Amino acid sequence: MTPGRRQFIRTGLAGSVLLSFAGWLNAAGARRLSAAEREMLGAVVNAMLAGVLPSQDPERRRLVALTVDGVATAVAGLSAATQKELGELFGLLVIAPARLVLAGVGKPWREASVDEVSEFLESWRSSRLKLLQTAYGALHDLSFGAWYGRPDSWQAIAYPGPPKGYF
Amino acid sequence: MDDPIRIGLAGGWKHIDASTLARSQTIDTDVLIVGTGAGGGVTADLLSAAGLRVVLVEEGPLRSSTDFKMRESDAYPELYQESAARKTADKAINILQGRCVGGSTTVNWTSSFRTPPEVFDFWQSQFGLQELSASSMSSWFAVMEHKLWVRPWDTPPNANNKVLGSGAEKLGFEVGAIKRNVKGCWNLGYCGMGCPTNAKQSMLLTTIPAALNRGATLYTRLRAERLRFDGSRVAALDCHALQPDGIHLSGPRLHFRARHFVVAGGAIGSPALLLRSSVPDPYRLLGKRTFLHPVVISSALMPERVDAYAGAPQSIYSDHFLRQAAIDGPLGFKLETPPLHPVLYATTLQGYGEAHARLMSEFTRANVILALLRDGFNPDSRGGRVRLGADGLPVLDYPLGEVIWEAARRALLAMAEIQFAAGARWVNPVHENAPGYSTWAEARKGIAALPLKPLLCRVVSAHVMGGCGMADAPQRGVVDHRGRHFWLDNLSVHDGSVFPTSLGVNPQLSIYGLVARNASLLAAELSGKPVPAIP
Repeated sequence: MTPGRRQFIRTGLAGSVLLSFAGWLNAAGARRLSAAEREMLGAVVNAMLAGVLPSQDPERRRLVALTVDGVATAVAGLSAATQKELGELFGLLVIAPARLVLAGVGKPWREASVDEVSEFLESWRSSRLKLLQTAYGALHDLSFGAWYGRPDSWQAIAYPGPPKGYF
Repeated sequence: MDDPIRIGLAGGWKHIDASTLARSQTIDTDVLIVGTGAGGGVTADLLSAAGLRVVLVEEGPLRSSTDFKMRESDAYPELYQESAARKTADKAINILQGRCVGGSTTVNWTSSFRTPPEVFDFWQSQFGLQELSASSMSSWFAVMEHKLWVRPWDTPPNANNKVLGSGAEKLGFEVGAIKRNVKGCWNLGYCGMGCPTNAKQSMLLTTIPAALNRGATLYTRLRAERLRFDGSRVAALDCHALQPDGIHLSGPRLHFRARHFVVAGGAIGSPALLLRSSVPDPYRLLGKRTFLHPVVISSALMPERVDAYAGAPQSIYSDHFLRQAAIDGPLGFKLETPPLHPVLYATTLQGYGEAHARLMSEFTRANVILALLRDGFNPDSRGGRVRLGADGLPVLDYPLGEVIWEAARRALLAMAEIQFAAGARWVNPVHENAPGYSTWAEARKGIAALPLKPLLCRVVSAHVMGGCGMADAPQRGVVDHRGRHFWLDNLSVHDGSVFPTSLGVNPQLSIYGLVARNASLLAAELSGKPVPAIP
């Protein structure tokens, strides 16, 4: 059995159990991000944006936190049904067993390296489970939307911003 | 810059932001219109001109040039359905659809095409729509083209459109210039975030102000919930006021009683409202045959700056690949370009981390071409289905089958060939597995082998059509050629949901023309005045 196949079965079974649990946990619908969810999203953003984030703290940490704020704002603008789905995803990823089984990340999010988180992102991106593929897509779009929506990200891509003048 | 909307409001237009209402109310009017986009706007103009009392109900907010700051972070949450992240149920297709006064006409890229003659021919032969043809509709298109300043665009195309034009011409593919509905356009390139200079002749600046000047009432942040009917007549529409976030209900309900009801909530919203209302649908057609012009995307890096964020977003197109087979054969596609702004580009591009950063670092040299697949004509292309989610809001299923992917592969090949012919040094189909290619030979080989599947190959849409299709008989359609519902006497559907197939062109002018005709017929009937002289 190939590792891909084994991973598929493992995440397939565990995933459906864990997601139904997460659904129950988040039955109340959308709510504010918890501290644990912010940490998880910080780790995701840190890997998604590797290559554009400055290499040194505290600047890197400041920009990651700003991007997580942007993710929270973006989520609040989605439909109630999508907010609930994302709430389930975030709620699930901060439960240690789910992080380990579904994401394959052994350490708490705040300790996970860019490489470890990237490996998790890659496994979901290429997963045969549609659920994980779509979750990757959501994390991708939220991270890049939050980053490139902010004017201070534009200089690096030589985008001058909207024209200024007589309006 | 004067803001004609702020001026109108100061002058006493009747606009009620329902999120500010404290109490439920019942309101009587002659005609109630759900939606303020291409269909609702034209209807409000023509019915108010006939002396009828008109009320418009819009789920989104009223925003105007003062608010249009050309920033994606403001524009998407404010002006689009679900912050421009609306998706099919399987999340495989992202849908751009406006949600504000003016609907998608406030945020579209101004491309204006008449409904192609071969589309009318297909509707005649397959749906019995004998009354509609390129010649019978030409006066209505002319009326709307005149009213909305649809003209050839004489400013040279921006560099992004030039790539499409020069690449296609080198390969011998016919290209054309796109007409635009603009008056004094500054060629800024931010049409998708609301026109900051009031050049785009959207519903926001034309038909809706005309109706408000005649005393029409506009409700915003108000969600149409359910039509109440009694026998074969609609008696009332129940609406829920929304909170300022536009997502959650605020509590008050509004009940509208009217002589006639016009549904123009777009091809996702309109079928959903009729489904929630349980209107008669004995042949189970409602919400079916929803078409999207599914779009696949090819990005390229050019040797020179392209600056695809600047200049009219769409000025060149090619229909070469719509003409390679019969209309009901393998799917043809139209080639156009999108504007590139940082959020739209970054979220659409595949990958993450260093690889994504490398692509973004060449943002100003990026060219992107879109292929819009003409769905709904091939017998295997039956489109999607709008149904209701647990919360009563619409969910769209759109299965991406082999008939779509076969065309998608041809489209990715065609776009890559055009981009290389125009001098691209690198071409990258937007697909999770595509590594990018530096020659046409390499791209041809690579694209031929790409696994084309949902979520791997990026698919988007900005054109939602169908779901309340028109036909000559209730066995084949939800409404007749006038947009009149087959079972409820005083109910009309006036938007892109009535199209029985997709169009193969950007839909705004097709909606304007057909609705101008149908609203004129309705105005004559309701006001007792003579029917218009044009057919």
